[in-house]
Amino acid sequence: MDYISVGESVPRKDAWEKASGAARYNSDRIQPGLLHGALVTSTCAHGLIKSIDLGAALTMPGVINIITGADFPVLSGPVLEDHPPLASGKVRYYGEPVAVVIAATEAQAVAAVGAVNIEYEALPIVTSPLDSFKPGAPLIHERVDLYKRMVSDVYPEKDTNIADHIKIRKGDLPKGWAASHTIIEAEYDLPQADHIAMETRNVQAEILPGDEVVIHSSSQTPFSIRKEISSCFGIDLGKITVHVPLVGGGFGGKAAVQLELIAYMASLSVGGRPVKIANTREQDISTSPSQLGLHARIKLGADQSGRFTALEAIFMVDSGAYCDIGSRMAKSMAMNCTGPYRIDNVWCDSYCIYTNHIYATSFRGFGHLEFTFALERSLDKLAAQMQLDPLELRRRNALKAGDSSPTQVALTTSNLGNLEACLDKLKSLINWDQGRYISIDANTVRSKGISCLWKTSNSPTDAFSGAMVIINPDGSINLIVGAVEIGPGMLTTLAQILAEKMKMDINRIHVHMPVDTRVSPHHWKTVGSMTTYMVGKAVLEAAQDAINQLLSLAAMVLKVSPSDLDVARERVYLKDNPDYYMDIADIGHAYKYPDGNSVGGQVIGRGSFVMRHLTPLDPNTGRGRPGPAWTVGAQAVEVEYNRRDHSYKILKAVTVLDAGKVINPKHARGVITGGVSMGLGVATREEIIYDEQGQIGTSSLRTYKVLHCGQQPEYVVDYVETPLLDSPYGARPIGEHGIIGMPAALANSLSLAAGIELDQLPLTPELIWKRLEEEKR
Amino acid sequence: MIPFDFEYYQPASIAEAVQLYNDLQQNGKAPMYYGGGTEIITMARNSSIKTQAVIDIKQIPECQQLETKGQSLIIGAAVTLTAIAEANPFPLLTQAGSRVADHSVQNKITLGGNVCGTIIYHEAVLPLLLADSEVCISGINESRTESIHTVFDQQMRLNNGELVVQFKIPLEYTSLPHWHVKKTKLEKIDYPLITLCALKKDGAIRIALSGACSFPFRGRAMEKALNQPGEDLSKRVAQALQQLPGPLQDTVAGSSNYRRFVLGNLLEDAIDGLEG
Amino acid sequence: MMFQMQQIGPIQLDINGAKISAVVRPADTLLYALREVLGLTAAKPGCENGDCGSCTVLVDGLPVKSCLMLAVEAVGHKITTLEGLQDAPIQKAFVEHRAFQCGYCTPGFIMTCQGLIEKHPDADEDTMFTWLESNICRCTSYEEITGAVRSVLNITPE
Ligand SMILES: Cc1cc2nc3c(=O)[nH]c(=O)nc-3n(C[C@H](O)[C@H](O)[C@H](O)COP(=O)(O)OP(=O)(O)OC[C@H]3O[C@@H](n4cnc5c(N)ncnc54)[C@H](O)[C@@H]3O)c2cc1C
Repeated sequence: MDYISVGESVPRKDAWEKASGAARYNSDRIQPGLLHGALVTSTCAHGLIKSIDLGAALTMPGVINIITGADFPVLSGPVLEDHPPLASGKVRYYGEPVAVVIAATEAQAVAAVGAVNIEYEALPIVTSPLDSFKPGAPLIHERVDLYKRMVSDVYPEKDTNIADHIKIRKGDLPKGWAASHTIIEAEYDLPQADHIAMETRNVQAEILPGDEVVIHSSSQTPFSIRKEISSCFGIDLGKITVHVPLVGGGFGGKAAVQLELIAYMASLSVGGRPVKIANTREQDISTSPSQLGLHARIKLGADQSGRFTALEAIFMVDSGAYCDIGSRMAKSMAMNCTGPYRIDNVWCDSYCIYTNHIYATSFRGFGHLEFTFALERSLDKLAAQMQLDPLELRRRNALKAGDSSPTQVALTTSNLGNLEACLDKLKSLINWDQGRYISIDANTVRSKGISCLWKTSNSPTDAFSGAMVIINPDGSINLIVGAVEIGPGMLTTLAQILAEKMKMDINRIHVHMPVDTRVSPHHWKTVGSMTTYMVGKAVLEAAQDAINQLLSLAAMVLKVSPSDLDVARERVYLKDNPDYYMDIADIGHAYKYPDGNSVGGQVIGRGSFVMRHLTPLDPNTGRGRPGPAWTVGAQAVEVEYNRRDHSYKILKAVTVLDAGKVINPKHARGVITGGVSMGLGVATREEIIYDEQGQIGTSSLRTYKVLHCGQQPEYVVDYVETPLLDSPYGARPIGEHGIIGMPAALANSLSLAAGIELDQLPLTPELIWKRLEEEKR
Repeated sequence: MIPFDFEYYQPASIAEAVQLYNDLQQNGKAPMYYGGGTEIITMARNSSIKTQAVIDIKQIPECQQLETKGQSLIIGAAVTLTAIAEANPFPLLTQAGSRVADHSVQNKITLGGNVCGTIIYHEAVLPLLLADSEVCISGINESRTESIHTVFDQQMRLNNGELVVQFKIPLEYTSLPHWHVKKTKLEKIDYPLITLCALKKDGAIRIALSGACSFPFRGRAMEKALNQPGEDLSKRVAQALQQLPGPLQDTVAGSSNYRRFVLGNLLEDAIDGLEG
Repeated sequence: MMFQMQQIGPIQLDINGAKISAVVRPADTLLYALREVLGLTAAKPGCENGDCGSCTVLVDGLPVKSCLMLAVEAVGHKITTLEGLQDAPIQKAFVEHRAFQCGYCTPGFIMTCQGLIEKHPDADEDTMFTWLESNICRCTSYEEITGAVRSVLNITPE
């Protein structure tokens, strides 16, 4: 019998560390001599910095230094270099860091923040992507065209607030409209929300003698930190070391590099002494980046039989004050704009737009939740108008092998999966045939809404990952990778993949949890649900490399050919006689002959993986291959709605994903229902609210509301398993996907229940009431 | 993390507490009485308040009293909302207190702190207003017992240095028919959009509200409109809505028009519940 | 003699059954003292505003958000942090039910649950939710956490 790991709910590798309180996160490092940096943030959403008076603050107890943007005239940004880490000359959002007070204690640093006097000259502010798009809108960046482009495929437009513009042109739109029997048009608005990882972002920076830069961060992207510090400040990459321990939740928000640059500058300004900068919750919401906002316009047509004929989609991404990764999310929306449906004639313009909101960065789903809301609401409207069953409409149009994506990638069973099978399962799990609108009593109705989803990653075409497999003298294995454990248990998944490949007990695999960029093999970023696929492939290759080394050494000792041998249960054995074997413990660290002579050495397996066959999108048509494969799925929500006061209770939330292969059922369910739960939060209550001056009114958890325990619905999760052929054991990415269709499904359900179109988020009872009142008038 | 320093005192008697307050104030320390500290700590953290001395009243026996004496229920100002809920001598107060913040925070919030604080909701004061409670107050020169209606006008009106020692609730009110509902924007753990408490005394319904206006209040004029048993319910409610003591709040939690709509429903439910 | 503390100095705390001396400012919160002074980092800062519950500890058996308590207020009370639990049934249940992912809210959540189990071993579903809604978890769907608590309390789900 061989050990089976893949498909089993093995416990998390970090389970007891976390359940005992021993788990260490970045701010759990208590280091003597640490200085504290406190951010002075902008109280103006758009304005010129007229003066900064540091005089009083510099004389406060414990204050060592104060730095401002003028001290470091650098620009940063992963796509466009448009972002001064400390505002310089002007501020572009309320909460933007303007200065840093460095003091001996945190209390002293914070106390001195209040004594820094900054004068602003207010400029007109832009608070929605729609306004920002209008000709004559105040420019947030004066010369967006002159910024350095960090990628080849970003297209800022001169004299506008447009940081990027992605076009999809597929098929023949006029022909599509001509073939349409029904066409619907609608507009949608989604506000920004926040990641609310329970651990707020925090960093320590230190510059050692010899100019070695050491960063400790609560980041999802240690390798990006290294790269950005290197490019921003002209330091050799190898001189920078980034350490990341366990991370207390990321959801995309800890992919952005921000505090790291500031902490580096702070440390530099005090002779390299270690400086810690830790966001308060308020700063984490209003100073560090959020989710994007969206204004979308959808025009969708179908022929008499309900087959989609044409789609015109305009996405205006509210990226806030800086581009960061907003432009890549605008690209993601464009490249998947049809949803998992066959539409041959597609025209999409997706814009990444600056506003005077907090800047946006990646957020679970990477733009897919947002455009899916617009698209799937449109589908329901079309179904209603054509008097078609919404589930049947989706099924009829589901993409299949042989179709092509909006960017004209040929779809196969492997790279697409099976949406129809997901819908069939969903249909029975939500009891669709019982009806989707059921009157319970005079005031109460139950209704159901659905949404499909699909997602592919959107990485650089050369994104890569490495892995190292080290055999211990006792035959157990150390696994070292560059992925950060941000919560979903990806490092346990990788251990399962390795255990399966080595056919050994997973308890004998030891995973190195922290990432240290000087030791750990590279991993692009721990984002995009890509760890299992990318790092998993590197782990398999590293395991194979280790196996090859073991086989050749054992072959020599056993006087057989390596091809006669195999590896299992920490032994190398003769295939045709498993009783003839050697323990890996005896050869993993050199083999010692009875006479004392030794051969071989420590077995270190190395593996790496780079994305295959990806291309940038054509700037005029969008043609190109953005990611290796899709994950498709279908979701449903059942609500009980009160017609009198417009309150509602979410009874049930169902998700069916084509997971390819479920590697760890309990962890898969956890990460999916966690996504669903967050999706319901965004759908119902989460929102960054600004006042007329652009000031955030929801900057604490007292006012920014997330779902609390006890209000969750019953969760149902099921799978279809169509293997992704080039992925470890066929697994598809599933980490983000639970969130994607939830807002759309809920809005579809509530629109039906309330008898009014609900085209914005969050879906508060007040919104429903307001929409009904508007309709009355 | 509180960025400034203050001194901490834990007096064991009322006399000590008020004397301390007096002395510390004379030394320019802007002292504050400290009950559960939940408001003081959170507001000190972001420097919304500044004080150089806090006087923790939790060791003062009178402030910790929770008992029935003669015809009154006595609740010390430093008794926590959880302790009140567990003893449950006044179910309406239990209900109101059990929806302030969350359960863990209720282990810390004191009744006195909720009534005397600056956060505008003071949900626990609503039952006290309806039950014609009295407030025992001590200052450096005198102690006084006042009707809550005299000292709580939109917020607690205390003279400089005065300490709320305890609340006295006439026993007869504690077992009257009552009604409590807290409506939030949507998430349950939130400040109130509107919290409504009602009591029925001698056939008449009393109403107190938090969240509706920018201060909690007992709606006497509203009660008049509501207590017209013969009249059509919707008409009574509509009339009551004319009798608010101030404008309905217009905030991110809810617009004033929406609050009017919600309040109308809540009033109907309360009348239905208490008359039915 | 009235107890008072006018400036930074040592206080005696009773933490996880041990008497410990800690040098704190009167204005230091218990959370700060536990983490930065005593190195007991299980309790986590998540909002320092009483909203999230990541810093929850037991004070005389009741869950309290340690960001809403001064260290000096803890004098004379028994403080229990997650470091003070050893293989408690609720810890095992959290592991078995996968009641955490990133693990950051876990110390606070476990302490709320432990307080509930100690105080109300016969708690019903409603009481359970009332206690658990004091803490926020952003990774799980709460289903796993309530599953863990139910298993220790022997509640069969409705
Ligand atoms: C997470 C959270 C959520 C909240 N949600 C709600 C909510 O939903 N509804 C609601 O109503 N409130 C809410 N609040 C506010 C909360 O009610 C107050 O923080 C609390 O009532 C203050 O009580 P305390 O005992 O902690 O008072 P403290 O913080 O000790 O004191 C508050 C104020 O009252 C004064 N004071 C205290 N006791 C006395 C006394 N005996 N005599 C004279 N003055 C005194 C103090 O000097 C101080 O000015 C919330 C607070 C938190 C932290």
